Amino acid sequence: MRHGRWRFLAGALVPALVLHVVFVVSPYAQAFYLSLTDWTGVAGEAHYVGADNFSRLGSDTLFLDAVRNNAVMLLVVPAATIALALLLASLVAGPSKRWGGSAYQIVYFFPQMLSLVIIAVLWGFVYNPNTGLLNAGLRAIGLGAAARSWLAEPSLALAAVMAVIVWSSVGFYVVLFRAAIDGIPQELFEAARIDGAGGWSVFRGITLPLLKENVQVAFVYLGIIALDGFVLVQVMTVGPGGPDGATEVVGLTLYRTAFTYGKFGYATAMGVALFFAALTFSILALRWGRSHEEA
Amino acid sequence: MNPSTSRRTLLATAALSVPVLSGCVTSSSDDAAPASEAGAKSAENPLGVKADAPLEVVVFKGGYGDDYAIAAEATYQQKYPSAKIDHKGLQKVGEAMQPRFVAGNPPDVVDNTGAGRLDIATLVSASQVSDLSELLAAPAFDQPGKTVRETLLPGVVEDGTFGGSTVALNFTYTVWGVWYSKALFAERGWAYPDSWPAMLALCDEIKKSGIAPWTYQGKYPEYINDPLLTMAAKIGGLDLVKAVDNLQPGAWNQPGLVEAATAFAELAGKGYLMSGSEALSHTEAQAAWCQRKAAFIPCGSWLEAEQKSVTPPGFDMVMGVVPAAGALPVTAVQAASSESFIVPSKAVNTAGGKEYLRILFSLASARDFAQAGSTLPAVAGATDGLTLSSGLGSVRDAVQAAGGDAFNYRFRTWYAPLAKAIDDATGELVNRRISVADWSARIQKASDSLARDSTVVKYTR
Repeated sequence: MRHGRWRFLAGALVPALVLHVVFVVSPYAQAFYLSLTDWTGVAGEAHYVGADNFSRLGSDTLFLDAVRNNAVMLLVVPAATIALALLLASLVAGPSKRWGGSAYQIVYFFPQMLSLVIIAVLWGFVYNPNTGLLNAGLRAIGLGAAARSWLAEPSLALAAVMAVIVWSSVGFYVVLFRAAIDGIPQELFEAARIDGAGGWSVFRGITLPLLKENVQVAFVYLGIIALDGFVLVQVMTVGPGGPDGATEVVGLTLYRTAFTYGKFGYATAMGVALFFAALTFSILALRWGRSHEEA
Repeated sequence: MNPSTSRRTLLATAALSVPVLSGCVTSSSDDAAPASEAGAKSAENPLGVKADAPLEVVVFKGGYGDDYAIAAEATYQQKYPSAKIDHKGLQKVGEAMQPRFVAGNPPDVVDNTGAGRLDIATLVSASQVSDLSELLAAPAFDQPGKTVRETLLPGVVEDGTFGGSTVALNFTYTVWGVWYSKALFAERGWAYPDSWPAMLALCDEIKKSGIAPWTYQGKYPEYINDPLLTMAAKIGGLDLVKAVDNLQPGAWNQPGLVEAATAFAELAGKGYLMSGSEALSHTEAQAAWCQRKAAFIPCGSWLEAEQKSVTPPGFDMVMGVVPAAGALPVTAVQAASSESFIVPSKAVNTAGGKEYLRILFSLASARDFAQAGSTLPAVAGATDGLTLSSGLGSVRDAVQAAGGDAFNYRFRTWYAPLAKAIDDATGELVNRRISVADWSARIQKASDSLARDSTVVKYTR
């Protein structure tokens, strides 16, 4: 009987474990190994160079630009997306259900249906300084002076890209938060109303605390999106990654280093650094939530 | 089962598997290279092709398609009826070929072109490409009395030469210049300028007529860089070009470069660049130019083919040379060959690969290509006697007028990271965010740090 159970367990687990090791663990292992070599990507051999690749990262100005931009995105994108999603979700759901809420929800969710490349191309058109929708709109309402080369001015380009990231991801979180709000027992809202709480107090006192876990998960996911940004930057921006490194992201530096410059070892080192950054961020975000829970 | 034990066991297993698995990527070794197939050499078969050896050709299927390559394969088949030819036309040559290079079983000929191409300097430093000197010395396929080398346009052999060894042969010949519509200029009574002051004077006139004098493909600052560097080379001559390519200290402070950068900063400063150009993609900027919103656009000779579907009838685009002179005459052109064919060193049938290139670079094959692709092939005289479209005709005339004064910077293929630094700096310069002095200084810094980088293979010319 006991033997049979072990055999069953082994039979069930080993194939999955083997697949996991081959397709998940081994690429990681190879990446860690390659990040310590000078592999060119086309040669059949690679030489061990130790931590040289990692020490180069510190003086690579383009990589540092990328790290800076990713850090800005990490601060702005999750916060802006979650704030906007919470606002929109509480408008279409919960105590103050408004007419057509479901229709709005579909509208918000719509960007999720498009591939990121299509979104990038479309927004590239919108941002076009001469024929784009944005500048045309500004001119139409008499704000022609505010029209800009959105993607070609270093001070605006990153914000323009971040706006698109927020636009493309907010819909998913509206749906997520709305479902969570709908899951809150109505009695709580009613009780608060009877006690004379206004909309903002209800949101702060009831909705937000009960949504905390959803918000936390959203933070982790959006943080990982903010650490990427590759597709939008690659398709939309000047250079790409410009003007002059203003929208460079680690993913783009990595891609260029590997495929344009033929330095796969060095590029892998960037990937490994990015992996640890994402890991650290996820752990911190989840820890932060847990310590608040205990307090 | 104690969960902590199992987790530890799993980690230990994973740790043990690291060295085993990490062998995968780099497992192939040189001694596994197969013996190259070769036959006896003769006058008919100067490269010693084994008649029944299979031939695998991989071609970039981009703007020119791959019919020209298939036509050359048909000729090869006629000559060697028992050879089995495997043809692949791909969009992403690099991605598809990379694993094959790593594994040591590359095809016999690769057209390493397109956005996803493999970095040629990297291929060379990894000894993945064969030397083509034997092919260059072989008799040309259909021009008796000439070697293959003698049939090529100036610069073609040099463009494929790395560290004294020619490893790539480029099939198309690209010339860079400033494009305009002959019809528009005739209508307004404008004449293409032959010096930079004349250019500025004409720009002033164009601007007054309500058309933007220049536009450029701002999303890719490389485009506005080309006329700038052409002007610098014409002022400073080949010594200037060599100093740049050889990463010499102070190369970017040479008077020619400073003068050219000043000229383009002035072009921007006087408002002669169409506003918004800095954010336009190449298609958007070129479309605006075709709609007569701007008079000039800098581009390479592929422009006519690229714009074919959106050029209005009667537009008659023409390429003019960059209006500058000094050490080189005003007719000099920046020209380079592209569409880069290589014979991988680990290919099975390298002799067949070279023979294929001998056929592809024949006069007949090049003529057919010129007619079908509206592009100048790298074979001299291939367009003689053909009726050419206005753009291609102007490119051919420019090449003929330049004679031997065709030059080309090599840093773009040798040192891709330096090319990016230069493009970024020029983008900033023509948007008036940095001064000419800053421009020189920051490119020089990038050049110096590249010169110090021991991991980059250096070339000199």
